[in-house]
Amino acid sequence: MKRREFLKYTAATAIAAPFVRAAQADTGVYKVGVVGAKTGPLAPGAAITHFPPYQLWAHEVNARGGLKLKDGQRKVQIIEYDDHTAPPEAIKAVERAATVDKCDWIGGVYATGFNLATAPTFAKHGYPQLTQACVTDQGPSIVKRYPGFFMFQSSTTAYAKGAIDVLKKLKDSGQIGNKVAAVNVGDDFGIELANAGRPLFKKAGFEIVYDKSYPLGTQDYTPVIKAASAANPDAFVAWSYPPDTFGLQAAAKVEALKVKAYYCAVGCGFQAFGGVPGSENILGAGGVVDTPEIRDFYKRHKEVTKVDADYWGSPFYYSMLQVLAQSIEAVGTTDRQAIAAYFRNRKFKTLVGEVEMPGQILDKVYTVGQWQGGFFNAVNGEGFAGSNYTQVKLKTSWS
Amino acid sequence: MSIAEAAPVVRGGPAISAREWRMLLVSVLILLAAACVPLVVGGYALQVSISIVMYAAFATSWLLFSGPTNYIALCTAAFFGIGMYVTAAGVDLVPYPVLILASGVAGAILAAIVGLATLRVSGIYFVIFSLGLAELVRQCMTWGQHVFGTMSGLYVTVDRSEPMYYWQLLALTAVIFLVGWWIGRSRLGFALRIIGNDEVVAVHCGINTARAKVVLFIISSTFASIIGALVAPRWGYVEPVVAFNPFLSFQVVIMALLGGTHRLWGPLLGVIPFTLLWELISIEFPDQTTLLLGLCFLLIVYAIPNGFTGLIEDVWQRRKGGVAPGARNA
Amino acid sequence: MITKAAGTPAICSSGNRNRSIKSDMDIVIIGLLLGGTYALMAMGLQLQYGVARIMNLANGEVLIAGAFGAFWFFLGTKASPLWSLLFVVPCAFGLNWAIYRVLIVPLVRRSKSQGKLEVDSILATFGLSFFFIGIMVAAFGAQYTDYSYLSEPVFIFGQRYGLNRVVSFGASVILCAALYLWLHKTRAGLALRAVSVNPSAAGLVSINVINASALAFALGGAVTAAGGVLLSMYLTFDASYGVVFTLKALIIVILGGVGDIRGTIVAAFVLGLAETAVATLIDPGLTLAAAYVLFMLVLLVRPQGLFGRRVA
Repeated sequence: MKRREFLKYTAATAIAAPFVRAAQADTGVYKVGVVGAKTGPLAPGAAITHFPPYQLWAHEVNARGGLKLKDGQRKVQIIEYDDHTAPPEAIKAVERAATVDKCDWIGGVYATGFNLATAPTFAKHGYPQLTQACVTDQGPSIVKRYPGFFMFQSSTTAYAKGAIDVLKKLKDSGQIGNKVAAVNVGDDFGIELANAGRPLFKKAGFEIVYDKSYPLGTQDYTPVIKAASAANPDAFVAWSYPPDTFGLQAAAKVEALKVKAYYCAVGCGFQAFGGVPGSENILGAGGVVDTPEIRDFYKRHKEVTKVDADYWGSPFYYSMLQVLAQSIEAVGTTDRQAIAAYFRNRKFKTLVGEVEMPGQILDKVYTVGQWQGGFFNAVNGEGFAGSNYTQVKLKTSWS
Repeated sequence: MSIAEAAPVVRGGPAISAREWRMLLVSVLILLAAACVPLVVGGYALQVSISIVMYAAFATSWLLFSGPTNYIALCTAAFFGIGMYVTAAGVDLVPYPVLILASGVAGAILAAIVGLATLRVSGIYFVIFSLGLAELVRQCMTWGQHVFGTMSGLYVTVDRSEPMYYWQLLALTAVIFLVGWWIGRSRLGFALRIIGNDEVVAVHCGINTARAKVVLFIISSTFASIIGALVAPRWGYVEPVVAFNPFLSFQVVIMALLGGTHRLWGPLLGVIPFTLLWELISIEFPDQTTLLLGLCFLLIVYAIPNGFTGLIEDVWQRRKGGVAPGARNA
Repeated sequence: MITKAAGTPAICSSGNRNRSIKSDMDIVIIGLLLGGTYALMAMGLQLQYGVARIMNLANGEVLIAGAFGAFWFFLGTKASPLWSLLFVVPCAFGLNWAIYRVLIVPLVRRSKSQGKLEVDSILATFGLSFFFIGIMVAAFGAQYTDYSYLSEPVFIFGQRYGLNRVVSFGASVILCAALYLWLHKTRAGLALRAVSVNPSAAGLVSINVINASALAFALGGAVTAAGGVLLSMYLTFDASYGVVFTLKALIIVILGGVGDIRGTIVAAFVLGLAETAVATLIDPGLTLAAAYVLFMLVLLVRPQGLFGRRVA
């Protein structure tokens, strides 16, 4: 019976294979496990922000011969795992990276919830968890619970506060009035930002004239924009996600929404968004200060990974890996605890400037950017002492 | 044990036959062996084992309803998500075991409402509605969170070790099996088999088809909610996108169908190879997972039309020199 | 009276008294435009599910493929993405015809009952949708795609609406009308309707059921892909976004009644209007919930859908 033989063989291979292809003790390379979504709802974001920085970093480290350890140079080998946007899959992948593939380092996984779900697994196997794609107000309590947890990021409130501060400055200087329309996507980060933002708006002396949520996956944002427009706001704030960031912008453009400041949160920093007509002078989460090094980073990123880096996570992600490389080389071994101890209390020179992680949370981020002439300039940030942020411009036209 | 053969007597609770005792003994032995897994393996192999028992619980509870009625329910994610949210919402207020019960109750209530509303209509409409249910529940949840201003992601901090999750899920799977076996022997099970074969005949026999279906739907959904409560602490952080992921519903159906739906132990035969195949593909080809998974689905549909149980029974029948292959599939 | 925006800004000097009438008009127009979008999503599935009796879960992926086709064409040529219909539609027709002949026909042949065929086709097309997603991720990457074509205002009764949505609404009206006329006025259309009512009886009156079904399936795929081209002008999509469209299309088809194209058209517009009304009058957060509640109500009152026939 041919078919049965075939099935028997396939079944036997399938059952055995995940376990037998164990790691041969490979001393020539430094293995870095990268777990993230390659399929499912989080895949589009991970494809821009999460996987490419690792690829670029490995490419560049290897081009200079590898990581310099005491016993010679080691090339970086990236092992990618797909978590299918499901926490148990992420846990399993981290477990596999630690126990079967015996990775020398496992990168923080993609998205806040997933980092929290995998934290016990990282801790159990003694892997420090250096995360970038993890934004939450619970940072200090998480760090307390998991001493190996590091956030190369800031809190949700920092982003809400950053945006509202920008608006407050405009209001206080008399450039805009005090009426603001706020909408948010009915999902995770959108709701968190909206909840963090509400009291801050009040404190800053704003009147919220429109405050509604809309579901993830809405196909027409015209009603939202028209209703917000009817409330005659001076500023429009959308705590949004990538698909709706685009959708709201398109609807606002058609409606020629008469606001002097327009802010949208996640996805505003994508280069694709900057390319959409009418995105000029839109404010959003993230932003970077325009320097020749940064320009060069975007160029290299595109060349190596074939993906356009974004203007929020990507430069910081890359900087985090620079910190990691510097720490590994300073320690000179693959001792993970020593590496973590090294970057716990030191300052590092990186792409985004000199950074450190007091309390295991990054001390500085750019919180608000604005599209100006095809570049998403940082207009506000936290922790950058005396940084030369770009002047905020008013949104004057939609063409 | 087969549902069809387990209930030779129709009315009342039949005495347990010697054959059934044997099956029960074998089942208990298998259960004991399975319970020893965390003592032997750890790390990655244990993670895979947890996946297997979780999906076994899902697929078997799914089968309780969809097996006998032939209604493809695509709403596992809705009930799973409800269980997670109940747990996450109450974790700081009441003891965890109470939450497990509360999750089951919440799932049962939702299932009763949905069941009463939609199970009167014929199968295919139910399929579509069940598919939309997870979305509907998710929309209502997130809207409620916006209106009442609670946190979107909810933190669940209950300390449990990995083997503990395994044992909890295994115990639940055993309970689901027992319930399934009991239903198979009861009058309800008999009524459901008639409905599954021909609903018109069932109505003419004086069976209240709607009620039977609703009862079964409630039982099946309650278990899905309890699974949500059991794994919520393991996920640590509950957010709408992952709690109500519609893909879960499909995954469960595929696994159950791969195993075969006319035996209570059918889904088990689907869950184990599917989970391992899924692992193999994810590891070897992380960039082509979807593509290869799609191909595997197609292969399964065309090469193993009646699931693994169908395949095994075909072979069994042929060995015995009996009925022609495939003739037994209702 | 539709006038294209020619630099003249909208003069909104309406007093408070006109406000409610105006916003009611707004709801109707936005709702109709959205309904047009929904009709484009659902029309193809109606042909595939209503006539060929295949609940095609890979329908949304065909739509996304059409959208990628338009996007790719637009990137390459900078010409109007509408021109891409010239190659997207025939390609989709051929591809779907092949899918039916190669993948579906064996399932139809081996299934003993409609229920079994339904299960088999759900599984097979679900696998197929994964396969398509895999190919599209490999070809175009997993990122979001958006190119906002014709995203400029058009004035209807003094209010602003997106030109791309108006264009796609027009296309959807033309498509609906053409399909309706073809189904009801031509011999081939008659054969398709016969198959939709009763495949075995259609076989008796010398209609080649397999061929007619293949035609319906392929035509459905072509219509869906055409919808994808039009929708790509104003919707953000990514390779794995298709399931959202599939789900919406299924709801519309069931809502309207399986097997009657008029039902699908009506249901698409009812849904568009209902969602817009809820978003404007109650809360945008409840739009999708409203869609499902509407769906549930129709199932309870009229399980066969608005225009459907009751099946014995």
